[in-house]
Amino acid sequence: MYDFQYVKPANLYDAVAAMGSEDAQALSGGQTLTPTMKQRLAQPGTLVDLTGVPELKGIEVGPDSVTIKAATRHVEVERSAELRAAIPALVELASRIGDPQVRNRGTIGGSVANNDPSACYPAAVMALDGVVVTNNREISASDFFQGVYATALEENEIVTAVRFRRPDSASYQKFVQPASRFALTGVFLAKFGPEARVAVTGASENGVFRHAGLEQALSASFTAAAADPVAVSADGMIQDLHGTPAYRAHLIKVMTKRAVQACGG
Amino acid sequence: MAKDEVSASAVGAPMKRREDVRFLTGKGSYTDDMNRPGQSYVVFLRSSVAHGVIRTLDVEAAKASEGVLAVYTHRDIEADGLGGVPCGWEITQSDGSKMVEPAHPILASGKVRHVGDPVVAVIAETKAQARDAAEKITLEIDALPAVVDMRSAETAGAAVHDEAPNNVCYDWDFGDKEKTEAGFAQAAHVTTLEFTNNRLIANAMEPRACIGEHDAAGDRYTLITTSQNPHVIRLLMGAFVLNIPEHRLRVLAPDVGGGFGSKIYHYAEEALVTWASKKVGRPVKWTADRSESFISDAHGRDHVTKAELAMDAEGKFLALRADTMANMGSYLSTFAPCVPTWLHATLLAGQYTTPAIHCRVRAMFTNTVPVDAYRGAGRPEATYLLERIINKAAAELGLDQAEIRRRNFIRPDQFPYETPVALTYDTGDYLATLARVMTMADYAGFEARRQEAAGRGKLRGLGLSCYIEACGIAPSSLVGALGARAGLYEAATVRVNPTGSVSVFTGSHSHGQGHETTFAQVVADQLGIPADSIEIVHGDTDRIAFGMGTYGSRSLAVGGSAIVGAIEKIVAKAKRIAAHLMEASVDDIVFEDGQFKVAGTDKAKAFAEVSLAAYVPHQYPIEELEPGLEETSFYDPKNFTYPAGSYLCEVEVDPDTGVIDIVGMWAADDFGKVINPMIVEGQVHGGLAQGLGQAFIEQCVYDANGQLPSGSYMDYAMPRADDLPSFAVETDLVGTPCTHNPLGVKGCGEAGAIGSPPALVNAVVDALKPYGVQHMDMPLTPQKVWTAIDAATPKMAAE
Ligand SMILES: Cc1cc2nc3c(=O)[nH]c(=O)nc-3n(C[C@H](O)[C@H](O)[C@H](O)COP(=O)(O)OP(=O)(O)OC[C@H]3O[C@@H](n4cnc5c(N)ncnc54)[C@H](O)[C@@H]3O)c2cc1C
Repeated sequence: MYDFQYVKPANLYDAVAAMGSEDAQALSGGQTLTPTMKQRLAQPGTLVDLTGVPELKGIEVGPDSVTIKAATRHVEVERSAELRAAIPALVELASRIGDPQVRNRGTIGGSVANNDPSACYPAAVMALDGVVVTNNREISASDFFQGVYATALEENEIVTAVRFRRPDSASYQKFVQPASRFALTGVFLAKFGPEARVAVTGASENGVFRHAGLEQALSASFTAAAADPVAVSADGMIQDLHGTPAYRAHLIKVMTKRAVQACGG
Repeated sequence: MAKDEVSASAVGAPMKRREDVRFLTGKGSYTDDMNRPGQSYVVFLRSSVAHGVIRTLDVEAAKASEGVLAVYTHRDIEADGLGGVPCGWEITQSDGSKMVEPAHPILASGKVRHVGDPVVAVIAETKAQARDAAEKITLEIDALPAVVDMRSAETAGAAVHDEAPNNVCYDWDFGDKEKTEAGFAQAAHVTTLEFTNNRLIANAMEPRACIGEHDAAGDRYTLITTSQNPHVIRLLMGAFVLNIPEHRLRVLAPDVGGGFGSKIYHYAEEALVTWASKKVGRPVKWTADRSESFISDAHGRDHVTKAELAMDAEGKFLALRADTMANMGSYLSTFAPCVPTWLHATLLAGQYTTPAIHCRVRAMFTNTVPVDAYRGAGRPEATYLLERIINKAAAELGLDQAEIRRRNFIRPDQFPYETPVALTYDTGDYLATLARVMTMADYAGFEARRQEAAGRGKLRGLGLSCYIEACGIAPSSLVGALGARAGLYEAATVRVNPTGSVSVFTGSHSHGQGHETTFAQVVADQLGIPADSIEIVHGDTDRIAFGMGTYGSRSLAVGGSAIVGAIEKIVAKAKRIAAHLMEASVDDIVFEDGQFKVAGTDKAKAFAEVSLAAYVPHQYPIEELEPGLEETSFYDPKNFTYPAGSYLCEVEVDPDTGVIDIVGMWAADDFGKVINPMIVEGQVHGGLAQGLGQAFIEQCVYDANGQLPSGSYMDYAMPRADDLPSFAVETDLVGTPCTHNPLGVKGCGEAGAIGSPPALVNAVVDALKPYGVQHMDMPLTPQKVWTAIDAATPKMAAE
């Protein structure tokens, strides 16, 4: 690790101010950032630790939406009874991120800000018609995620919360990469009335995306069989040690069908 | 002593591991836990290029960097006349010439030969300062084409070493070629299998670490290191690299967090910290990062083989032929040359009466990390070859996988059995282990389970494997004739302390095997004293007479036998002391339950009374006996030991995803006499997990440039608890004790890793039978299984 300054502001105002210092970088759960720093692949000037900011913590369940504040840890999502009642798929998703140590520190804000192409939350934000809330604006999911590790965040902008629309039903099907156990291909399916939304993570070279063909088919008929005739192209899918583009394309369909079944379709 | 104390530690009792108290409470003392006064830290700058010529190497800025004590390159090593990293085994090629043995410099000299090859050592006050300085080094390498795939290494157009222009280290063969060819000429059926035995990275939980220290007062060096065999390190490093005689070099291997072979070898880092500690006048410590471990610990396996099995019409084996390429990596690691040869070809008889066997092995240099022994070393490769080709043969002949083996087993009345590949098996009962595992797994009920699974859209398969291994390496004269540059005995000293407690100094090293418990059980049993009053000391060349260390499941068979030898001397002397104390003839003294008794009388002396007399020799046969009660014994084995067993594995494959669910794994092992069944089962469990890792999970990938994309846990998967089924392991049911060591033990450390990969692969191939799949190379990742299914599906649809 290289030397750096460390600040732990006690409120959002101070956090935003601290982000103005030279080469400042937000630190949330540190599960992505600290390993990168240890390998000397990141060299922040000042680390602004967001975990002491009360405005960034907590889960609010409303009649139409739920809001998870940015510094809320995965374990808190996993254990929230209110959230489990509102969107059980989100609780399931959190419970399968990494291992207990990772879930005890990693946060939703860090996850969406990082936008790892194999991360789980981005698929949920896309499928649940989510909105990423920052210290100065609200950004819709489709505008926020801009490819691999790229987001709409401006320099020094802080994610403060993620808001999800409550679906009629939803399911997250994660096919794990055997080593990292991130998603080799993960599908988040959400149903709002007749509308089905299918978001895919882990598969595409362009990061998280919604699959129009599968959404159309499932919006017309919410059955696993309805997904069968949909062409899922391998073009633009990731090729790595663990999966060919063809395998990933195939898994998108298999995971989607399993999600439909899990939703009772 | 209380009766229950004896029974808890009795031979055959599942005594809890005494060392676990400190391990499980975080009180273990590992190399990196140790810090010496004034300690400095070394960081290595390693090559990021697989193959190339060092064009520019400028370390001046690093030398001037804050906190830096010294920066060393090959020039400094050369200036001090140091040797290279030695190889401990020399292979004689088929044409009678010696293998090519290129130099292995401590720091790269002129050329780099693999990603991770150390080039510069930077020593500083702190590790961070050493890293900062290392980043200031200018290292420019003119890349050469990397030799990565050994199958094309001969014609790669680039030589890893100038001495081996075709990248061949040796071309060796073994067995009776003509007789084998004659067997093939008679064959009614020949089965052929081409396969790879995948490269593995040991990934011990504790990364390698070492501390060198020089005591200027006595010109004495101490090396604390993560080693399975500290005396071997002292021998190799002292004699061949640093030119330090034994009495001025102490090597300590404290608690070691797993070795699996990778910590047998002498590594450049050990020599460097020891040498540098004198030059900088400060202790020097090195601890590998996990990423560094991936590119600097010796890797394992990595064979490419073509095997052919000749059979008569009934499936009786007539001859076996194997042609193997074995990857040595970029340099010859300590025992690398013997693994694919003497530890592989000699095992190709397996449990069978195959009358003629011939094996050719070409060892290749490539621009990859050196490859050496890894849990099983050569024997897993031999077992995989046999047990896979036998299943393929059974499928081709329409025979049941158990039946074809039964037709070919060496029968119990054939022991001792001389194989055509130089080994003489002393005992075994292969029909018994096979029958046992078939009962455990309900073999007969499998077809019904397959049907049931098919109804759920799942593909079930059952795979068998019957392994044998040669453990307890080995008679020194034999290994000497085969090219070993060392003897392979073991040493033990038993010191009975004045009040009757016992300190045992063993040359075997424990790094997970539980010696502190098993050895104590052996001693408790032999001396009739509680295990609590026995201490097992290992891992220190200053305290222990000598030792060849722990690998090849040799600790109990060889190290334990040395302990028994020392105890026999102790008892013989103690009897003479007791005879004197009780004014009886030594011939009338019997030793039982910790008491020296005069036969036919009620006269007795307790063990502790006799030991006290030995150290307080007031009433003592001082004219004929020296005081004290301490004996040392060296044990050189008469033969290998031959553990064997049968493993079954049942899987269910999800054809939609290629995911394999392991429904069950059953192991019936014959380890001869079992001292502690709990520890033995634990060893088998660990071996099964490792075998499962090789078969399904661990994927080591070099790309065409010699980079290692699977160089971290983000891409190199290790078996985890939720990958494993609940194992059923039985170890003590059909034991045929070893006939030539005093304990009747055979060794159990590697069996699980040897026997399980073919059972697992056989099960998956069996499951995919409907798709016409005959073979898949390990690891059978979901992607690979799905791809095989997907490729076969259109064919099936067309039929
Ligand atoms: C072993 C392991 C396994 C994992 N498995 C999974 C998995 O299966 N699925 C999965 O989805 N993830 C997985 N993760 C990642 C995990 O979810 C991380 O917690 C997450 O990616 C980052 O969150 P964090 O709070 O730790 O962020 P940090 O590491 O603190 O930060 C990550 C990045 O986001 C920035 N950042 C953090 N918070 C904010 C904010 N509020 N506003 C703006 N920028 C911010 C930081 O500056 C940094 O660039 C795994 C991680 C590990 C170590």
